[in-house]
Amino acid sequence: MYFESFAEFVAMGKHGAYVWSAYGITLVVLALNVVLPILARRRYLKDEARRLRREEVK
Amino acid sequence: MNWTWFHKWGSPKWFYEMSGRWLPWLGVAAILLLAVGLAWGLAFAPPEKYQLDSYRIIYIHVPAAFLAQSCYLLMAIAGVVSLVWKMKLADVALQQAAPIGAWLCFVSLVSGAIWGKPTWGTYWIWDARLTSMLILLFLYFGVIALGNAISNRDSAAKACAVLALVGAVNIPIIKYSVEFWNTLHQPATFTVTGKASMSADMWLPLLISVLGFYCFFATVLLMRMRLEVLRRESRASWVKAEVARLSGGNR
Repeated sequence: MYFESFAEFVAMGKHGAYVWSAYGITLVVLALNVVLPILARRRYLKDEARRLRREEVK
Repeated sequence: MNWTWFHKWGSPKWFYEMSGRWLPWLGVAAILLLAVGLAWGLAFAPPEKYQLDSYRIIYIHVPAAFLAQSCYLLMAIAGVVSLVWKMKLADVALQQAAPIGAWLCFVSLVSGAIWGKPTWGTYWIWDARLTSMLILLFLYFGVIALGNAISNRDSAAKACAVLALVGAVNIPIIKYSVEFWNTLHQPATFTVTGKASMSADMWLPLLISVLGFYCFFATVLLMRMRLEVLRRESRASWVKAEVARLSGGNR
């Protein structure tokens, strides 16, 4: 560990605001890229299963 | 030469089954590599001599920029395959890669802007590297918009493939922008030949983070492609069986 305390780690010298905002934005974007396809897939499966059931009834 | 490996890619069902097997491994690799690379870069790598701790943004900025360009190259290659062999899976890859590439391009621009403030004293400057990356972002928007605007799937595939190919001209411009023009942006950190311009305890976490971003990209691309294959092949009996199997719990 390069930093001597957790407070120093958070402060990042004087650049804490820059480093953490860059990392924060990146992690949010990465998470969005995973979550959105999962939600889309769930919605698709739900709609498609309903459509297939309706076709079976006909 | 045996071409069966190539013909297999023409079968959506084969792709769906294979990618289902690769996906968990890629996902785990992405999480592990990203966790190790970013934690190492943030907490364990030594500070840079002049920039001190603000340089730690490199561990997301460089991988995101790498991937934004690799993704466009992949789209150009998929465009060739889609134009020459009319392979549908190549068009699926092209269309599904575009939004991920756009997001990664956005990340590299934003992290670069945030890094620029303490280092250069400005968030943005119309420097050759920055401008060519912004053009890359607009190329991504162009492919996405074109794919959505044309309702005929074959026409959309052809138009997007041509745009991906033509836009690939921008990739060498990005790469050599720091050498052609006198720019503020620093030259490449990694070169294939020659020594790295950083010490090992700085570039090792960077390499791990780059690999992590590649695995992340592959994971998300496969997730998106698998959903798109299900959508496009929704009339095939194997897709109906798969939908019934996956939604079985919800009935």
